[in-house]
Amino acid sequence: MLYFLEILHSALDEIRSNKMRSGLTMLGVIIGVASVVLMVAIGRGAQKTVTDRIQSMGTNLLIIQPGRPVQTDVRAFFRRFGGGGGGGGSSTSTLTSDDVLALNKQVSGLRALSPEHRRSMQLIVGNQNMQTSVVGVTPSYPPVNNFDVQFGSFITEKHLKGMEKIVVLGQEVVRALFGTQNPIGKDVRIENGIFTVVGIMEEKGQQGFSNLDDIAFIPLTTMLQRVQGTDRLTAINVSVERPEHTEQVKVLITAVLLNEHRIRDTIDQDFNVLNQAEAVETLNEVTKTFTLLLGGIAAISLIVGGIGVMNIMLVSVTERTREIGIRKAIGARKRDILQQFLVESTVLSVLGGMIGILLSFGGVLLINYFAGFQAIIAIGSILLALTFSVGVGILFGILPAYKAAKLNPIDALRYE
Amino acid sequence: MITLHAITKTYLLGSQELHVLKGISLTIHSGEFVAIMGPSGSGKSTLMNIIGLLDTPTTGTYALEGKSVSGLSEKDQAHVRSRRIGFVFQAFNLLQRMNALHQVMQPLLYQGANRQEAQKRAEDSLTAVGLADRMHHLPNELSGGQRQRVAIARALVTHPALMLADEPTGALDSHTGGEIMALLDQLNARGVTIVIVTHEQHIAEHAKRTIHILDGLIHTQ
Repeated sequence: MLYFLEILHSALDEIRSNKMRSGLTMLGVIIGVASVVLMVAIGRGAQKTVTDRIQSMGTNLLIIQPGRPVQTDVRAFFRRFGGGGGGGGSSTSTLTSDDVLALNKQVSGLRALSPEHRRSMQLIVGNQNMQTSVVGVTPSYPPVNNFDVQFGSFITEKHLKGMEKIVVLGQEVVRALFGTQNPIGKDVRIENGIFTVVGIMEEKGQQGFSNLDDIAFIPLTTMLQRVQGTDRLTAINVSVERPEHTEQVKVLITAVLLNEHRIRDTIDQDFNVLNQAEAVETLNEVTKTFTLLLGGIAAISLIVGGIGVMNIMLVSVTERTREIGIRKAIGARKRDILQQFLVESTVLSVLGGMIGILLSFGGVLLINYFAGFQAIIAIGSILLALTFSVGVGILFGILPAYKAAKLNPIDALRYE
Repeated sequence: MITLHAITKTYLLGSQELHVLKGISLTIHSGEFVAIMGPSGSGKSTLMNIIGLLDTPTTGTYALEGKSVSGLSEKDQAHVRSRRIGFVFQAFNLLQRMNALHQVMQPLLYQGANRQEAQKRAEDSLTAVGLADRMHHLPNELSGGQRQRVAIARALVTHPALMLADEPTGALDSHTGGEIMALLDQLNARGVTIVIVTHEQHIAEHAKRTIHILDGLIHTQ
């Protein structure tokens, strides 16, 4: 066997002597590898932030949402998570304030119930305006959802009873509408009403696909009766007294609500109760599929890159027919020639792979900086991409290398 | 050392058969210096390629150093080429991006020699052809005569039993050609069997024996 470093050296020589062509060939692999690593990093990042977000909502949390349960209707599932923020069911919502009363009365082991009605609305201050998620809630929102005010006060029982037109703003909304001014005591126009700012929420930042700071809270009663004119809720968040009882409480809640809604058969169930572990699990499933999808699309570009390598190697074999003839005349065997061309195509695609990985690091830095989203590069995906590019080099190098190796020496020498 | 018996070579050109060699029987002994002469198209290069195991005869038998090489596999042919035969071509046939030293090391590396040994033997071989001071030059930095010396050093480095030269002076001026022939004379004096193909009488005169080929047959020898 020809000394390996010698082959490697001549492969690098060959690549260097055709800089432009080698560069363009590698570009395919570079883009392929970079997109695989980057896409998987984005998927991982999404998965982690979604999981973190759900966990930061507090342990022992149950979420009751209108609509069919996930298990019986895949479309409902996509409607819920695809719509974002749980607002998907507002027009067909079957949850009401009466349900909250019934749950309070009939279910034991609850610490607190936080019913809400969420809608996207326009907020206006002076000539500034923004569209944001406005949520009607009760004073039990902060403890249940693990999200409290930083300045001023949250919505109180008094606000709730008086259906007062007050609002608590998320930090993103404050920045957009008031800049650096202190908004407390100032007025905000929401739909057709004037609301007074009484508090500012703590900063939660970007989590998953939505920004928790891009939100405004008003009293639930105000939302239902003065703004929307409905008694429907878009969700009820429940915190359970003891985490180990979550599953039993879930069963109880389901029974009480089925009874309230006069539903006999669970097939017709028009709400569903999610616990946090399940939510994490289902979301993980979604993001995993999502990652797989992105990775798969990126992998196709890697294959296209590999075909580029094969194409160039085939051209190179034709161009170097005479060289192959000389090598055979001075003692090269079939496998020496095979080796030479395989090493060349592998070096080409591994170099491309490494550049692609560097590029994906750059891409991740950019995403993290500009999108405020934590993409996570997995060591596994780097190894996978490198293995893949070696594989691409070998797989797509075999045909040209074999073509070169089986050239008849005398024909090769005669070739001009 | 070389025994050819009733060698024929037929090429197919479309539907037409082209009989290049029509039955050549020939014996060359160890240590001989033989010139094969003939006009273009006489089949002398084809004969040379068959002797060098670069080409296979259509019919006939060929024994090299007492062993039949007619039915050898491609792999075994490559092995014989690598160990026993050195080639020198009219067009030099050097590898473009390799300096003289690496060029000459290459056959040894294909044999599986280690690098240090290959380098030492390549240096010796280049010194023997008078290129001790040109070892690190690329082919395009060398004159025609120097390139052919590199090719000869490359052919010699494996200590072949047989050296085949196809018009080795064809691309050189007469003075440089004379130098190359002098080098071949020296090598033959040291015991290397040399077979040279040429169509020039004064080149053939260096050989101890001349074989004339005409229309695929041996005319005189």
